[in-house]
Amino acid sequence: MSEDMWSEAKGAWKALMNSGKPVIYLGAASCGRAAGALVVKRAIQSELKDHSIDAQIIDVGCIGPCFMEPLVYIQLPGEPPVVYNNVTAADVPRLIQNVIIDGTHLKDKAVGVLADAPKMGMPRFFDHPMLAPQVRLVLRNCGLIDPTNIGHYLAMDGYLGLKQALAMTPEQVIEEVKISGLRGRGGAGFSAGMKWKLCRDAPGEMKYLICNADEGNPGTFVNRILLEGDPHAVLEGMVIAAYAIGASQGFIYIRHEYPLVREYVQKATLDMRQLGLLGENIMGSDFHFDIQIRRGALAFVCGEETALMASIMGHRGMPKPRPPFPATSGLWGKPTNINNTETMGTVPSVLRMGGPSYAKYGIKGSSGTKTFSLGGKVKNTGCIEVPLGTPLKTIVFDIGGGMVEGKTFKAVQTGGPSGGCIPTPLIGTGVDYEQLTNLGAIMGSGGLIVMDEDNCMVDMARYFLSFTQDESCGKCVPCRIGTRRMLDVLERITRGEGEVDDLLRLEELCETINKGSLCGLGQTAPNPILTTLRYFRNEYEAHIIEKRCPAKACKALMHFEILPDQCIGCEECKGKCPTGAITGESKQPHVIDQKRCTKCGICLQICPPKASAVAKLDNEAKEAIL
Amino acid sequence: MKHAHRNSCLDREVKNCSEEMAKRLSAIFLKYRKDKDDLLSILQDIQDEFGYLPEEALHLLSKEIRVPENEIYGVATFYAIFRFEKPAKHRITVCLGTACYVNGSSKILDEAERKLGIKAGQTTEDGEVSIDHVFCNGCCGHAPVVIVDNVVSGDWSPTKLNEAIDKFKEGSS
Repeated sequence: MSEDMWSEAKGAWKALMNSGKPVIYLGAASCGRAAGALVVKRAIQSELKDHSIDAQIIDVGCIGPCFMEPLVYIQLPGEPPVVYNNVTAADVPRLIQNVIIDGTHLKDKAVGVLADAPKMGMPRFFDHPMLAPQVRLVLRNCGLIDPTNIGHYLAMDGYLGLKQALAMTPEQVIEEVKISGLRGRGGAGFSAGMKWKLCRDAPGEMKYLICNADEGNPGTFVNRILLEGDPHAVLEGMVIAAYAIGASQGFIYIRHEYPLVREYVQKATLDMRQLGLLGENIMGSDFHFDIQIRRGALAFVCGEETALMASIMGHRGMPKPRPPFPATSGLWGKPTNINNTETMGTVPSVLRMGGPSYAKYGIKGSSGTKTFSLGGKVKNTGCIEVPLGTPLKTIVFDIGGGMVEGKTFKAVQTGGPSGGCIPTPLIGTGVDYEQLTNLGAIMGSGGLIVMDEDNCMVDMARYFLSFTQDESCGKCVPCRIGTRRMLDVLERITRGEGEVDDLLRLEELCETINKGSLCGLGQTAPNPILTTLRYFRNEYEAHIIEKRCPAKACKALMHFEILPDQCIGCEECKGKCPTGAITGESKQPHVIDQKRCTKCGICLQICPPKASAVAKLDNEAKEAIL
Repeated sequence: MKHAHRNSCLDREVKNCSEEMAKRLSAIFLKYRKDKDDLLSILQDIQDEFGYLPEEALHLLSKEIRVPENEIYGVATFYAIFRFEKPAKHRITVCLGTACYVNGSSKILDEAERKLGIKAGQTTEDGEVSIDHVFCNGCCGHAPVVIVDNVVSGDWSPTKLNEAIDKFKEGSS
């Protein structure tokens, strides 16, 4: 079966690329669907039917730039696919008529071609400023293949890494991964090869392997993109890891909010069993391994390995003190190896290209590439992959395209609620495990949230603490009570009721909670406070001493006002104000009744740009006016 | 003896609970071994089936897998996905993930709470609309994200939410 499997898949792929009928690829990952991809799909189907056109529609994952979604690529016979962005149902008739029926591409709506060189007067899609600086190893197939078709993965040399591994001894596989320098992509950055060796060397016949796909950090979606775009890459990595450590049973623990991932992984494992890539005698070897799917249930703490194992065993997801480490005593007391989804997804590349070749990417000590989910106030949002060591500046300003609406950059937050906010002067820092840790932030699992002048850093710290406080499992006192106390102090400060001693109090609490908490959730919960105190202390002081929020984001410390000189009396805001707080005659300046105003900001959003009559003001400034 | 009495009470309740529910539950139980290790997965299946965890269903589950109800509730209340009341007809969930929060999603939630006169986690008295929040839905590129009746979509604003709620009201009147 083996050799035929690849040649058959490659033949089918070639036939698809040279198809005699039009092929329409649709970016249909969860993010594409949130942007309306399925509505677009229905419009395409009905338009094709109306014109009796025989075309093939293929759902692919997300290629990365979420801000371009919905994405549709149209491949005409003899031509490479052309990528169209922000396609709405209203665009579909024009696309079908011009492109498919008349054969003329709409250059104003196309981003580029999926080809090795510019073609038909259009640039390469991967030359787009957001994509050009990227190196796609983990995401290499995302958005390009049908994630539910194992043949597509095989055509892209999928499972060649596993074939390579099975020709080696488990020890050699571990050595190869060690040479590659691959470190845990879940955030801690422990050497993957070393972790496997610890588990391999642990005594015991029965061993387990877990892939952590409980991507719980708010603002992070890299694992979702990978699993919705190329689930086989992760599953192949799991089989290789299981072979290396000698595990016979694996679990993939998938986040509750990712139903599409579950569906795709389910389908993928069925296809693997059929081709002998999972189950007994994998690829004709004497190696047996199977994978079960477990569903998360909305508990952030289950990202912590001991809590995750408790959850797999059906219990409350509470962490346990380590040692014993999972490598010696994990699931049901047996040696267990846990890796993050991206680590697993990287393993096939390491085996396919060889450890030394993989180690050439990135920098010394942090080799390879890392995926990040870029969000917040940047223009180009989406999932990206860059070599480790790439400066944050490149990510935010080149790949991200800078700030929206010409606002000023303030900070970039890495590592979610366990990470920190990095300010403008340090934006030249490269993303690697050590440099980020030195700044008080962490690499984390890949969230990068960009903030601008309108975001208050004290409020951001309060936001993260409200999250960790909510998600604290309550087992240990420092985390359960400490996060509550820190949140209380931060809430007080953002309400303008802070006291001078509060900063000292916060610092003391941070230290105690960091040192005293049982697991990573509590130990890292102070990080957002510590980094904002370190880099944005002036904002805390403004809240406490001047009772002023410099970003005018904290509701208690700001208000909206209509500037009478600028108001044109168009009545737009008056009509939309949900509490009826705005009064004024037509063509006359309007006024906001501060007592009724809920500070929802609708008036600011809706005021015509030519007037720009709604202003956010400090409460202090208001007193000065009066 | 006390224990036996409790069981006989349970039996009566079980008889009272609709046959349909028992039937739907036994289809779920068939998929699993009678093992405590499957508890979380079984609870997830029950919620998928009924939209929440009905009290009678947990009685039956307790008997089926021989795990005391307090332990079942211990697990069920630990995880945030589980609901113990029938879901509302329309469910609005505002994403408070970092990207959404930075883009003003808390204002959307505030507006929903104000307009409906309920807090996140509550349902309106007529059982029509409930509001809730989630910490990230993984569609951060389209922040702020709101999930209305299981449909995830992006680029929301307080105004858009007001209009969506008005639509529900029109639909029910």
